[in-house]
Amino acid sequence: MPDLSGYRFTPTHEWVRRDGDTATVGISDHAQAQLGDVIFLDLPSVGAKLTAGARFGAIESVKAASDLYAPVTGTVTEVNESLAETPERVNTSPYEDGWLVRLGDVVDGELDLLDEAAYLAQAGE
Amino acid sequence: MVEFAGYEMPLRYSSMRDEHVAVRTRAGLFDLSHMGEVRLTGSSAEATVQRLVANDVSTLTPGRALYSVVCNDQAGIVDDVLVYRVEDGFLIVVNASRRQVDLEWMAAHLLPGTELRDESDETALLAVQGPEAVAIVQTLTDQDVSGLRSFSSVTGEVAGVPCRISRTGYTGEDGLELYCAPAPAPALWDALLAAGAGRGLIPAGLGARDTLRLEAGLRLYGQDMDETVDPYSCGLAWTVKLGKGDFIGASRLHELDPDNPPRRFVGLALGPRQIPRHGMAVLAGDTPAGEVTSGGFSFTLGHGIATAYVAPALAGAGLSVDIRGEAVPARRVPLPFHGGHHHRQ
Repeated sequence: MPDLSGYRFTPTHEWVRRDGDTATVGISDHAQAQLGDVIFLDLPSVGAKLTAGARFGAIESVKAASDLYAPVTGTVTEVNESLAETPERVNTSPYEDGWLVRLGDVVDGELDLLDEAAYLAQAGE
Repeated sequence: MVEFAGYEMPLRYSSMRDEHVAVRTRAGLFDLSHMGEVRLTGSSAEATVQRLVANDVSTLTPGRALYSVVCNDQAGIVDDVLVYRVEDGFLIVVNASRRQVDLEWMAAHLLPGTELRDESDETALLAVQGPEAVAIVQTLTDQDVSGLRSFSSVTGEVAGVPCRISRTGYTGEDGLELYCAPAPAPALWDALLAAGAGRGLIPAGLGARDTLRLEAGLRLYGQDMDETVDPYSCGLAWTVKLGKGDFIGASRLHELDPDNPPRRFVGLALGPRQIPRHGMAVLAGDTPAGEVTSGGFSFTLGHGIATAYVAPALAGAGLSVDIRGEAVPARRVPLPFHGGHHHRQ
């Protein structure tokens, strides 16, 4: 498990790792475990504007389809294209190889993001 | 772990996909001890079973099994079962979710001279399924399981544990089901895993069991059928033997046309990124045509698959599935979606 001290979480199970005004977004290990095998992801294109708290995509697993919500506001600069062929990376490496999108021009939204301990406490782990 | 019919059962041990693929290409080990087992004995046991089930058990020789539905008076399906003829009568394997209903139904329809015994709590059931399954079990027993025919069983020891060894399953693959006492079942589980490790055997949970049986076109009670569905509508006319004599539901089945039932049970194939789920509406154009009973992603085929009930008049139309408000085109395909060499007699 990577060092998650730089990760912040939403109550809807996404994570964000900020680096200045850029950020990387994914879903939590807890979320991928609950979803089971990820079958495919519906992700935005480069250039799409994400708004903190708003839906930006969907993830379909063996169990169910779930919406994805943006942890911060920003513009998509990169999409993890490897997930089209190997969506299981979201399961095997949710915090590293299984990242979903990278954002630029990131600004904080209205969301109260949680650190790992607070997130896990809220997620009931 | 999930709660299922009063049993704590793992949805998956590792990954549902890995477990599914293992069963299709190598072997998987399932703990199916939740299934119910009911033994019917006595001089009239055969007549009682013939009355209870729609299939014809009269031709079963000891050890042989067949799949059947149990109908109510209106030909609604009370349960779908596996019936073995055994040395002292019949062993009926019932769905865990239907065990109490079945026991009451059977007890209410026993002929004089038949005794019923619920052996569910004294019977564990482990299933080894997949192309390597028989070879794995063969290393643990003196019985000739490789020579055992489909839907046949023998009694013998596997890894020193007395079992009924049955060439049956619910995955669309070749394999064996092992009925034994609960106490030695964990040791049998460990012995099977150890014997199969070199051949790629891994434990498989309820999740893979469901995706496997769906690909194999095998019905799931409570989802694909219930007491409001007759076996013809469910595509199970091949299990109904009206010629054998009277049985519960036969008079209603005589009134129905096996080739033109009130509903049509169909297979639907969707695209690689379209996953139908239980309860989604099936449409013919804008017209509601039916409902998905079971749906999911086929790991073997790489696209969404579903079984559904559709109105017969619309079964030949261009169909779609309403996936969260979007009408996604669905192609009608024959069942099973995959395999099916071992799913019936």
